[in-house]
Amino acid sequence: MDFSEEQIKRYSRHIILPEVGGRGQKKLLQSSVFLVGAGGLGCPAAYYLAAAGVGKLGIADGDDVDHSNLQRQILHSTKDVGYPKALSAKATLEALNPDVEVIPFMHRLNSENIMDIIKDYDVILDGSDNFPTRYLVNDACVLLKKPLSHGSIFRFEGQVTTILPGEGPCYRCLFETPPPPGMVPSCQEAGVLGVLPGVIGVIQATEVVKLLLGKGQLLKGQLLLYNAFTMEFKKVKIRRNPQCPVCGENPTIKELVDYQEFCQVHF
Amino acid sequence: MSSITKKAPPQADPSASGGLSPSKSINLKGEVCPYTFVKTKLALEEMSVGEVLEVIVDHEPAVENVPRSIQNEGQKVLAVEKLNDTGGTTTWRLVIKKEKD
Repeated sequence: MDFSEEQIKRYSRHIILPEVGGRGQKKLLQSSVFLVGAGGLGCPAAYYLAAAGVGKLGIADGDDVDHSNLQRQILHSTKDVGYPKALSAKATLEALNPDVEVIPFMHRLNSENIMDIIKDYDVILDGSDNFPTRYLVNDACVLLKKPLSHGSIFRFEGQVTTILPGEGPCYRCLFETPPPPGMVPSCQEAGVLGVLPGVIGVIQATEVVKLLLGKGQLLKGQLLLYNAFTMEFKKVKIRRNPQCPVCGENPTIKELVDYQEFCQVHF
Repeated sequence: MSSITKKAPPQADPSASGGLSPSKSINLKGEVCPYTFVKTKLALEEMSVGEVLEVIVDHEPAVENVPRSIQNEGQKVLAVEKLNDTGGTTTWRLVIKKEKD
């Protein structure tokens, strides 16, 4: 493909970079990313991936936009309240960059549908806000050997890691099973600083762009912890667990599990 | 501008410099920075190592910027020549050899 005059301008700051160039930009345009959630993490991540010219973005979110989302979920506007998040996200992203095809999914992901939905995407970006989805996405990515960017946030703190199944630890190597209900504050109690998911989601998008380009160092085997309150970043090494139930030597999880939602309120 | 070689006399034979005839030529008259460099880089990406690209520019800062940036990418600048003034606009000819893929 040849770049149009508009594309040369749009992507010029990428093309100038020796690590990207026209070839890297074409790679991005031919790539696909599946985003789990169009919320606090998915919105900033998707916004930058669309701006970067990632050619195809799948976005799954079963919820409608609510006023309480607008403090951090930057793809949605006041006029979108009551409208499905996946569609609101699509409209914002395609307005930003017509080179990007956005495929919205308005059903909740579950053990029945996830494999089929994500199997043709290059990379998965998890921006989900609950443990059942997080474990479902991790297990599906391990079974499909899909690179996965994990991000999560809580109040003033966030964490990011990049999971390359077979090469580095997965989410279950870190936390084998979901915490028991009651261990985690319920969704209503938690609260989050609005800018926090912006930082974490954009770090996830950064990891995904490098993965697609095949350049730079990734957070493989590393968990990046960010505290917005103290403004500290910390990196901790994480290792594969040979006894990991999904990616270990003798995996016991060979098919997907639907854990029960502990919090009935979906954001 | 001291680093620029202005060896070509007016009416120079464009194929004379560098001793190599370009396998591709792009006319970037009317283009400004950074697009002069962006388009030069994109043209080189489509070429093979050893091939020579001729670039015509009329944006004066590009005469320094394009050779500097393209050298940073590992390519070789064979010549930078001022061409004849036509109707008040000055144009330059840059000759670049692709050294690195």
